[in-house]
Amino acid sequence: MAVALILLLVAVGSVLFHIYSPWWWTPIATNWRYIDDTINITFWITGVVFFAVIAFMAYCVYRFHHKEGRQAAYNPENKRLEWWLSIGTAVGVAAMLAPGLFVWHQFVTVPADATEIEVMGQQWQWSFRLPGKDGRMGTSDVRKIGSENPMGLNPDDPHGQDDLVIESGDLHLPIGKPVKVLLRSVDVLHDFYVPEFRAKMDMVPGTVTYFWMTPIRTGTFDVLCAELCGVAHAQMRAKVIVEEESEYRAWLEQQRTFAELSGRSAVMRATYRSGGE
Amino acid sequence: MVDVPYDAVTDVPPAEVAEVDLYHPRSWWTKYVFSQDAKVIAIQYSLTATAIGLVALVLSWLMRLQLGFPGTFSFIDASQYLQFITMHGMIMVIYLLTALFLGGFGNYLIPLMVGARDMVFPYVNMLSYWVYLLAVLVLASTFFVPGGPTGAGWTLYPPQAILSGTPGQDWGIILMLSSLILFIIGFTMGGLNYVVTVLQARTRGMTLMRLPLTVWGIFTATIMALLAFPALFVACVMMLFDRVLATSFFMPALVQMGEQMKYGGGSPLLFQHLFWFFGHPEVYIVALPAFGIVSDLISTHARKNIFGYRMMVWAIVAIGALSFIVWAHHMYVSGMHPQFGFFFATTTLIIAIPTAIKVYNWVLTLWRGDIHLTVPMLFALGFIITFVNGGLTGLFLGNVVVDVPLSDTMFVVAHFHMVMGVAPILVVLGAIYHWYPKLTGRMLDDVLGKFHFWVTFLGAYLIFFPMHYLGLLGFPRRYHDIGEAAFIPSSAHTLNAFITVVALIVGFAQMVFLFNLVWSLFKGKPSGGNPWRATTLEWQTPETPPGHGNWGKELPVVYRWAYDYSVPGAEQDFIPQNQPPARRAAQGALP
Repeated sequence: MAVALILLLVAVGSVLFHIYSPWWWTPIATNWRYIDDTINITFWITGVVFFAVIAFMAYCVYRFHHKEGRQAAYNPENKRLEWWLSIGTAVGVAAMLAPGLFVWHQFVTVPADATEIEVMGQQWQWSFRLPGKDGRMGTSDVRKIGSENPMGLNPDDPHGQDDLVIESGDLHLPIGKPVKVLLRSVDVLHDFYVPEFRAKMDMVPGTVTYFWMTPIRTGTFDVLCAELCGVAHAQMRAKVIVEEESEYRAWLEQQRTFAELSGRSAVMRATYRSGGE
Repeated sequence: MVDVPYDAVTDVPPAEVAEVDLYHPRSWWTKYVFSQDAKVIAIQYSLTATAIGLVALVLSWLMRLQLGFPGTFSFIDASQYLQFITMHGMIMVIYLLTALFLGGFGNYLIPLMVGARDMVFPYVNMLSYWVYLLAVLVLASTFFVPGGPTGAGWTLYPPQAILSGTPGQDWGIILMLSSLILFIIGFTMGGLNYVVTVLQARTRGMTLMRLPLTVWGIFTATIMALLAFPALFVACVMMLFDRVLATSFFMPALVQMGEQMKYGGGSPLLFQHLFWFFGHPEVYIVALPAFGIVSDLISTHARKNIFGYRMMVWAIVAIGALSFIVWAHHMYVSGMHPQFGFFFATTTLIIAIPTAIKVYNWVLTLWRGDIHLTVPMLFALGFIITFVNGGLTGLFLGNVVVDVPLSDTMFVVAHFHMVMGVAPILVVLGAIYHWYPKLTGRMLDDVLGKFHFWVTFLGAYLIFFPMHYLGLLGFPRRYHDIGEAAFIPSSAHTLNAFITVVALIVGFAQMVFLFNLVWSLFKGKPSGGNPWRATTLEWQTPETPPGHGNWGKELPVVYRWAYDYSVPGAEQDFIPQNQPPARRAAQGALP
């Protein structure tokens, strides 16, 4: 029975494709292994249901296709069967939802010791900001953006003076330290997307969004924009480099502060030098 | 397996209400062009939707060419690619699927299936079509205005949609919003008709629980659309104001290309909530009519009553209601408050239960049936596979934390194409093969039909099944060219090229179908009035195609539910709904 066979082959082929496909998620680089585990649970449960339903359907087509003299059964309902199927489905759904919500709770609960960093999106580039020696980032306002102040930092906020501003450069992160990534956009929606991190979140102008993670693997990763942001959406790229603490420190030393970059850089540098020596 | 007997046959009181006079056309123009006959309006809707749908098909070829062979086609640049995906999505979801299921199938089938002479408001019904046509023309005109159509993506998210970094910022977006507003006005006129007709114009004996599931699906979807479209309507009006009058409903203070814009105080997320408050029910507005129709196709061609009719009806109603409280599962990574995730993930996964019940009942209808592998049945089987596949991947995306890595990747594209693109379109195609004989009096060619089915079904599966794995890999959607990215292996490009080739083949198979539609109109085998030996009323009309007023002198009277197939002891393997219980005694043996 050709039709039944083809239907069965679709089910078998899908499962084989899943097992042997060379296309699978990128090796993870953060603590979000739980997300991968939840996806795996979901693959197992849905895979079994998919195969069972299609195989049963193929069997019905094979067994009950029209032949001379065949008459269909007359069975309008079977309450018991329908209830059992509903309950079974509910159990399967709960088995996916429970771990999902458990992991989501972790995802939205930022650890207290997470370092805040900021990613700013604009058409079509990324900028980054790290807290300076005081460990706090200064306030910012989109209205303050100008050629001298591309990230719109508040020039009167003392916390902002030592913030490290990285414009059109790459972001470096130390391995093993939780970070809370604050996300900001100055024009349209963007989405800070690093496939190896698993976590991502839209950046919405007018508000600050966030996610948190702990990098667990060193390497250089592509940053893409995952929320359509206009013509050059696909070219909005940067790199994140996760590295050992010592290398990270060395990189940090080379970065320039807001005070240095802004109009007051000459003054500030002079103050810093005279004060320090 | 018969546990619960069905109240198949009861007495029906004689007519007490006098019939209402129909409007009768007086000229060729009022008969075929400005017609008030639901059947003509249905065909007008269907032809218009198909025409604009062909535009969307060509757009899909163009975008696939770009994705499969980036850089090869100099006539496709980033702007055009974005315009293609936007127009393709909008046309397919709204102007093709919604219009075809409700305006096309709804208009044709509701009056015939409930035993009415026409829709209750024929004049408004006619207006509905002409406003829809205007909406389609306004939409199509954006291809010819300066700057071209909008490239904001079919979701039209502000601020991007109305700013200069997005193609079509001049006229494209203004006309797109205007066209949507027109569409909703047109739809509301039609939709009120479908609902009132089902509630008010059913013939004697046609209780709600005797309605074919097709009518239940279209009826529920229409109520949902009447409740959901207003959210899109206000969103469109507000965005139009933002664009034309420089209001700031959705626009916060922002700086574009170094320039301070004059907006401030608006909320981009507000638009997303309004859009998806419409957008998620919209998925089911397309899916429920497909659910209903496929139930009837399976039952008729398996010669067996639909299994668990009452559960099927309640599942439709439950899905319709639940679909209004799941919208923010499209917004898990939008930056909305993270606590929303718990609520929306739970409601979203709960909706899987009534949906799963429907799937079980379709395959249980096949069990111990007498399965005729006709072309409509093949399409129904194809629907089950693609719908199960697409529905199950929905459990990934609905489960909030799993959605985080997968959102905005090709996994999402593959999921929604499988579940609300391929699956409903397979139903549309199966339904056309099924009801074409009623519209024309001729059968569609069977050999061409089977060729069409296998190429379409297997092709579409080969396109969208592997595409999930590109998304798993992290391949983002809405990229005209992935360019350099360390995590994309070269084999992914090979897969993209393969998908493109299959997409072109599937596209051309649709040309075979169009040829079949035209050729069979003249050369098809005459079908007679009830070629599938079906029970529902539309197959019992005195004329085929049904004449004006549908039923000749007297309205049919309904004595039984729509699924009396293979009733034990009956002479034939089907009993039409309007067949009176002639042999009471013999039927005493019935359950």
